[in-house]
Amino acid sequence: MTARHLSPDDGAARQRAAAAPDGLRPTWTGRLRGRAVAALPPDKLLPDTQPAYVASWVYVFGALTLAALAIVVLSGAVLALKGPAWWHVSSVGLFFNSVHLWSTELFFFFMVVHLWAKFCMAAWRGRRRATWVTGVLAFVISIATAFTGYLSQQNFDSEWISTQAKDGINATGAGAFWNVLNFGQMLMWHIVLLPAVVGLFVGIHVLLVRRRGVVPPFADDRAAPSHEATATDDGASAAGEGQPATTGSKGAWQ
Amino acid sequence: MSTRRFRPDRDVEEWSGPVVRYDLAKEVTVCFFVVLLLVLGFSAIFSSPDDKPITIKSWSTARPLDFVQTAITELDGTSATATYGPPYNTTPGAGQKLGPVSLARLAGAHIPIDTSSDFVIRPLSTLPDSPALDAAITRYEASPASQQTAWDNAYTAAAAKATFDGSIRVSPGRYGPVSLMMADLLDMARSGALDGALTSSPQLYGTDYTKPLLFIADGSYMNDVAGARHLHGDQWGMMNETGNFPGQAWLWLYTMWYQIPPYSTSSNGDVLVWATMMLLTLLLILLPFIPGLRSIPRHLRIYRLIWRRHYRSLSQQPSEG
Repeated sequence: MTARHLSPDDGAARQRAAAAPDGLRPTWTGRLRGRAVAALPPDKLLPDTQPAYVASWVYVFGALTLAALAIVVLSGAVLALKGPAWWHVSSVGLFFNSVHLWSTELFFFFMVVHLWAKFCMAAWRGRRRATWVTGVLAFVISIATAFTGYLSQQNFDSEWISTQAKDGINATGAGAFWNVLNFGQMLMWHIVLLPAVVGLFVGIHVLLVRRRGVVPPFADDRAAPSHEATATDDGASAAGEGQPATTGSKGAWQ
Repeated sequence: MSTRRFRPDRDVEEWSGPVVRYDLAKEVTVCFFVVLLLVLGFSAIFSSPDDKPITIKSWSTARPLDFVQTAITELDGTSATATYGPPYNTTPGAGQKLGPVSLARLAGAHIPIDTSSDFVIRPLSTLPDSPALDAAITRYEASPASQQTAWDNAYTAAAAKATFDGSIRVSPGRYGPVSLMMADLLDMARSGALDGALTSSPQLYGTDYTKPLLFIADGSYMNDVAGARHLHGDQWGMMNETGNFPGQAWLWLYTMWYQIPPYSTSSNGDVLVWATMMLLTLLLILLPFIPGLRSIPRHLRIYRLIWRRHYRSLSQQPSEG
């Protein structure tokens, strides 16, 4: 176990990454690259170390959620290749539908465990509120995505679920524009629009996790009373009394 | 840069302790193959449900009397769909309210359905070579509303005692053209032609099943089949799936509200459930910003279990000073 302290100068890193080789003013592309590299340098994006407190199996559920999502997308792509009626008439199609179903079930199981674990850690602390918000949004939109999948099955389940669900959605006024009885509309939402939004939020969520890092533990309240601490305006960090404020000073995992 | 008081539910003390080796790519790869193995195992052992859908044809074949008793309510405008309100029609007073506001009425009837015309008269009009039926439809449509109502009411009463022996049999009465219309609609349904007529679109490819699904849902048959499969609302409805599959278990909270008052007893139950769920979802999204709620994890102290090694290592360190 080795200690490692990095304090990258974001501004300098950004300038280096954006600099045009001929010394001319940086292009938009160069500036974009500069910002991206400063926000997520390679050792943040693909780290090979992590804080010592990350030592619980519960941390694996984030990666398990992503793995299940990948299988959901891959099995859905196979079903899309052959069209919506294929799995009703082919044993191979039925198997891929089963893979799609069970990967969805596991995706939600892993995601809910991940969400509750992050709740228990108050994982929004220290400029990680956007990480929490995008994670919950990914969860909520995943529910809508799965729901439209159930509506697109073309069997008794989809019939029953759609005729039951219409009352709730119609009561909100949304049914006037989002008709759960319209198979074509629900299928397009299921395979195009909603997966794109889930992918967007999951992508942002993962990048934020890499950028902000895993939330540190609460201070040990069983230890001797801690010194008074302060936080910077952006809530990024806190320092003990007499120590320098640490805005922008983040370890390799941050 | 100014500083403010440290709040343990919002701020963190940045980690300056040790780091350990970690292989992100290996973790993701191992997770993928572990999940893939689990999914393939579940799929091979349990497969997935695929119960055949109910069609107008299968319904009218299995329960012809239920079909006819439903069809007459579509013709006389007393069915659940005919009186539904927005988004299908503008039935006065229909549409659930959230407090004084009916969101459904504000949105309007964007999917207009006239059950008499859309479910009965227009499909019957597509049947070829049926001069008697054409005359019956013309007579019905040309009659005053009071006459139509009289025929409809008489047939509704008769249909409740009707029998079926390959054709619908009702006791003699003053049904006007309605008796022939209903008999032909039943024949059309049992042949499968009504399914096609209700899903037809200006294009060749129809993908909108709103009309046949509403028609089927107005009858008792689908409801009875769903009840036998434990899918009713009071059986935790939509989150279930046919067979012994887990279904949409993540909808447990949404479905739970339907089991308890006032949601289960209110005529505005659906919109109340949705309002509650929207509020709870908003609270979950904004949890980090809400004082009090964001302190719950610190008071629950489950974090001490997750970070037990960290706290143990702290307790083993020699105290400073």
